[in-house]
Amino acid sequence: MARSNKPLVWGPFAAGGTLTAFLTPVLVALTLLAALGHPPEVLGYERLSALGHHPLFKFALAGVIGLSLWSAAHRLRITAYDLGVRADALVAAVLYSATLACTGVAVYYLLKL
Amino acid sequence: MNRNPYLRPITSEWIFRHPRYLRYMVREFSCLFIGGWTLLMVWGLKQLAEGPAAWAAFLELLRSPASIVFHLLALAFAIYHSVTWFNLTPKALPLQVGEGFVPDWVIAGAHYAAWVVVSSCVLILGGAL
Repeated sequence: MARSNKPLVWGPFAAGGTLTAFLTPVLVALTLLAALGHPPEVLGYERLSALGHHPLFKFALAGVIGLSLWSAAHRLRITAYDLGVRADALVAAVLYSATLACTGVAVYYLLKL
Repeated sequence: MNRNPYLRPITSEWIFRHPRYLRYMVREFSCLFIGGWTLLMVWGLKQLAEGPAAWAAFLELLRSPASIVFHLLALAFAIYHSVTWFNLTPKALPLQVGEGFVPDWVIAGAHYAAWVVVSSCVLILGGAL
């Protein structure tokens, strides 16, 4: 059987797609309220940094950020191909590494909280 | 060997050939907004880790007109992603019970119901309601 890395990149895409479908609209709504000048309680410094001290919260947030970024990167890769960019290996390498780097940054700051 | 192989021109004008292709592209472009908003949150995390003043500056940044426009677009695209994703769940997760399959609307409907519950919980726990 031919070897393929498809399951490896597609698994996190499906997981991230499901996670963003359930969570992103409501989370964007929370920051939209802040953008409109009515930040919800959870975005207050005391409340959010208290939440951020919780290991479970750190873990969950790292997962949400990593999987959301991965699914967006994967979709962007496919979209680039659809729009006529045929350097797929390069696009994939750049997008997936950027995803891992940004997730690493998020984990770093989560651990600093 | 063919010395003059035909090379099909690669273009992106196909998007506009059919409304269905355009809807597909709108769905795919949702990744820019979901990814962009997530990156904004990574920035917010950095500001939160740096203390109350940095966090206040982040909240101030969110209040800029560009941020408001971005948030409105991001919300619309995120909802479009959710709707298209849940509408596909009967295809991705067909459930067989006995001889037959659970009807599509039950599977998609269960996802929509869960979406409403999750969103309400986040809004209530987040103190937005």
